Amino acid sequence: MSGQAQPQAQAQATLTTTLEARNLVKDFRLRSGTKVRTLNAVKDVSFTLEPGRTIALVGESGSGKSTIARMMAKLETPTSGEVLLDGRTSATRGGGLARYRRDVQMVFQDPFSSLNPFHPILHHLERPLRIHNPRLSSREIRERAEELLERVRLSPAATFADRRPHELSGGQRQRVAIARALAPGSRFIIADEPVSMLDVSIRLGVLNLLAELQRQEHLGVLYITHDLATARHFSDEILVMYRGEIVERGPSEQVILDPQHEYTKTLLEAAADPDRLGRLRDDVRNGG
Amino acid sequence: MVDSQPTLERADDSYATGDDALFQSPVSAEAVRETNREATATAAIAAARATRGGRFRHILPSRSGKLVTGVVIVGLITLFGIFGPMIAQPPRDSSNEALQPPSAEHWLGTTKLGYDVFSQLAWGTQGSLFIGIVAGIVALLLAVIFGVFAGYFGGVLDEVLTLFTNIVLVIPGLPVVMVIAAYVQNAEGLGPLARSSLLVALVLGITGWAGSAVVLRAQARSLRTREYVAAARVAGEKPGRIIFVEILPNLVPLLAAQFIFGVIFAVLGEAGLSYLGLGPTGSITLGTMLNDAQTGQAVGTGAWWWFVPPGLIIAALGAGLSLINFAIDEVVNPKLRLAPENAKRQRRAAKAGKGVADTGAFA
Repeated sequence: MSGQAQPQAQAQATLTTTLEARNLVKDFRLRSGTKVRTLNAVKDVSFTLEPGRTIALVGESGSGKSTIARMMAKLETPTSGEVLLDGRTSATRGGGLARYRRDVQMVFQDPFSSLNPFHPILHHLERPLRIHNPRLSSREIRERAEELLERVRLSPAATFADRRPHELSGGQRQRVAIARALAPGSRFIIADEPVSMLDVSIRLGVLNLLAELQRQEHLGVLYITHDLATARHFSDEILVMYRGEIVERGPSEQVILDPQHEYTKTLLEAAADPDRLGRLRDDVRNGG
Repeated sequence: MVDSQPTLERADDSYATGDDALFQSPVSAEAVRETNREATATAAIAAARATRGGRFRHILPSRSGKLVTGVVIVGLITLFGIFGPMIAQPPRDSSNEALQPPSAEHWLGTTKLGYDVFSQLAWGTQGSLFIGIVAGIVALLLAVIFGVFAGYFGGVLDEVLTLFTNIVLVIPGLPVVMVIAAYVQNAEGLGPLARSSLLVALVLGITGWAGSAVVLRAQARSLRTREYVAAARVAGEKPGRIIFVEILPNLVPLLAAQFIFGVIFAVLGEAGLSYLGLGPTGSITLGTMLNDAQTGQAVGTGAWWWFVPPGLIIAALGAGLSLINFAIDEVVNPKLRLAPENAKRQRRAAKAGKGVADTGAFA
């Protein structure tokens, strides 16, 4: 970005609603005995999330995807760089943080540990509603919570509201988690591998639901995944991460069909390909 | 899941359109795990539906031989402690004949001073239970403050609280209690509190929490990394609310176990203190009874009815509470529930010559 373009970009950012990561860096200090080692989990990552659009962050385990998600959700503080909401530096505490949380919410990877086993489903939706709408009466809150359950296709909502998480299947739980992320009236959703822990047969259902809600609410979604197929399907832009760096970025079709970076090619090789159906099996049968 | 299964399938089927071929990654361990979880959940719900124990059913221990035995023993002793003093004669009524063996008039005989042992036992049980419960509550509160706060917040606070916990942990228990008890009893300005059973309970409480704090800290450290805690933070919950609403309820079985442990420690500790003459003087406890029996040379004169009943009650109370604790342990760690069964199966297999493990490593 040249010196002239920067003020222009900033002016534009303040006009529209965006969630921007600017030069995010995260280092972890690892101590083993007396030795201290620094792990550069995320090295200088920037991207801008716009309403109604989906950015997919693709990479292998340990590439820093989840660290980015946690920094965007303000669960980790970046070592350097910043997260900007609507062009302004976002707060890290107090009332400013509360406003940030109203706009940016997160769907976690594991639906089995992201819902508190002690509390009924209703609690998980009521709390964010109550925190972000302190003036509502208990009845209104319950009504809104049930409305949210209906929206994620958990109906009749009344029967789900009083159940406990262990009484729901993985897909149902993840839909509760999505409803929870929508509860504050958020504009941006960070979805950290939302379907990787789900049964293969219900992944598509959850992703389609997420896409539908995105269309209705005009949400900006950061979709973190290691699955290139779903990334291509559900996102407008793909960022490929490798060892904390973004090695390739671009419109999703372009990244998939015309990969430039060596690592992207490796990732594509590793994905299941209908054209190669059964080849591995034949290899094994024929003794390699 | 019994009656929710159909809804689930219908709902998911309606989404499962489109080309599934794209998503036919090898059916991994995750799917298997999901099935297992469904099965566990189904069993748990079936159990819950069968008993309909209400909201807190899932944290209550399941009914087992250990639990029933423990609850019956502790329940009987508690009832005796509550209602015994109402029906017995005053415990310090010395108008009876001294050192009588058990008879129809005095069920457990009398002491050297002519006190009725049954009456003393009833009041003593009440006193010991009071000390046990108060000390248990004090110890639990301190353990929660030092353990859960240290485990949740981490960092410098954790270092400081853990250091203090470890210091308290390595100080030998009973000698400290003796020193503190001897000191506060002679301290001026305590008024009626000095040498009361409440004071003894407080002393036992503030010396008996460190072990529990270590356990709670470890568990809180584990719970704080759960995603539901992160989710609560993202939702905007305050740290205090996260600890008390999101984390503590999941520690309830552990807290119950630590509380019971605290009660056992306090009852035994009080008995030890009183036996050494450092117990409460104003009230009667099982420990002061043993102390009286010792100074009254009950063993020498063969007055077994004087020291055997309080000893038995202490032993039974400790055993009963421990049994309840074992039952709670099985809630915290469900593997324990299957351990005896598995060990038996392995032994049987080993005997039949089909065993894979040598002796020792069971379950």
